[in-house]
Amino acid sequence: MAIIELKQVDYQIDDKKILDSIDLAVEPNDYLTITGPSGSGKSTVLLLMAQMATATAGNLYYNQTDIAELNPVEYRREVSYCVQRPALFGETVADNLKFPAEVRGVEFDQTRAVDLLTKVQLPASMMDEKIIDISGGERQRIGLLRHLMYVPKVLLLDEITTGLDAENKAIVWNLIQAVHNEDQVTIISVTHDQQEIDSAKKMIQIIEGSIGK
Amino acid sequence: MNLVVSNLSLTLVTGLVLVALFISYREKLGLNKDIVIGVIRTVIQLTVVGYVLKYVFKINNWALTVLMILIIIVNAADNARKRGPGIDNVFLISFIAILTSTVVVVGTLIATGSLKMIPAQIIPFSGMVASNTMVAIGLCYRSLNTSFRDQRQQIIEKLALGAEIKLASKSILGESVRAGMSPTIDSAKTVGLVSLPGMMSGLIIAGVDPVKAIKYQIMVMFMLLATTAIGSVIACYLAYRKFYNTQMQLK
Repeated sequence: MAIIELKQVDYQIDDKKILDSIDLAVEPNDYLTITGPSGSGKSTVLLLMAQMATATAGNLYYNQTDIAELNPVEYRREVSYCVQRPALFGETVADNLKFPAEVRGVEFDQTRAVDLLTKVQLPASMMDEKIIDISGGERQRIGLLRHLMYVPKVLLLDEITTGLDAENKAIVWNLIQAVHNEDQVTIISVTHDQQEIDSAKKMIQIIEGSIGK
Repeated sequence: MNLVVSNLSLTLVTGLVLVALFISYREKLGLNKDIVIGVIRTVIQLTVVGYVLKYVFKINNWALTVLMILIIIVNAADNARKRGPGIDNVFLISFIAILTSTVVVVGTLIATGSLKMIPAQIIPFSGMVASNTMVAIGLCYRSLNTSFRDQRQQIIEKLALGAEIKLASKSILGESVRAGMSPTIDSAKTVGLVSLPGMMSGLIIAGVDPVKAIKYQIMVMFMLLATTAIGSVIACYLAYRKFYNTQMQLK
């Protein structure tokens, strides 16, 4: 039974068709890699799955329920969308890691934050760092950790290793693998990274707005 | 009354308009037409308002006074609307913000005995409140439009982390309310040092003792602080929702 399913999904801006009749079913605990040429519409598929945009035709289902019928806020807490080059907010790294707790109106779990930082080889003292002082690799890791303070059911990743050096890339992917294997999080990852494409278990290609044969 | 402007004096002062026209002509600013239209509108609008106010003050009818205030508020809301392109229902939002700040502030002035319930006092103060709210909420709209455009990525990420739209917009709301209030706060700090405000100058020119005139000016400054705060908060909190659709997505 699919956790996320797209049926005959179109997405259009003005007269320009970005996605055309996309049919896709993602099973729980799948690790789906989406690839394809730049501008083919693969990031738009993630935007629709993240409920950041609405399909102009067709339906998206989350656990067999049309996502149009779900509360967008609740849905986004379960299906978490992480972008390429995240914009950190507030002043410090802690402001970013505290945000998911603020969103839920609960106490910030400092132990969890430190544990996650350790997993991506960052010291606990990183919490007090000003966001303007941290490197691109650290920024990407912090951006990702925000989505893992509360383990989502599905993690949508939009080219999150683009622009990272080999070392940072390995750190990020180790964490994603751990989240997938240990926490049974379904991963849907848009990527251009050859290494990731080569090791993909399930993969689709999106070409000119359609799923490639 | 110390100051009386005779028709002859006023006609001679028209020469100052010629100075502006001359500069526009010499510097090829292309403003001649606008200057002429501005001058004609000033004369016609103020003449009409002068006679209307004279009539309204004379008959002292509450319904007519309320109507005058509503006309001022509608005009102010229409002007503020132009500062918020792309924001749905911006006229209605502006109207609610200006109406509320006018009712609260002028109502407080009446309740505290600072103003008398007569058209000659209520109408000019309502005009001051409405025009200052109009300027403040215009600045709020500009800030909202700019911030929602510049911080789009950040908002999307906050939504993606499961934030309600109010929390996702919190920093923008703060910035925008500040943008609306800042000019009034700045002018409260420099009032009397940089400029003598219009109300106080008017009273002094009309022969009122400056020490008495400052009492009015202090009242006006307090009034404007409340005015811009109320107007900015209402306008921002009503307008930010218009940047999202019903699915809580950024438009």
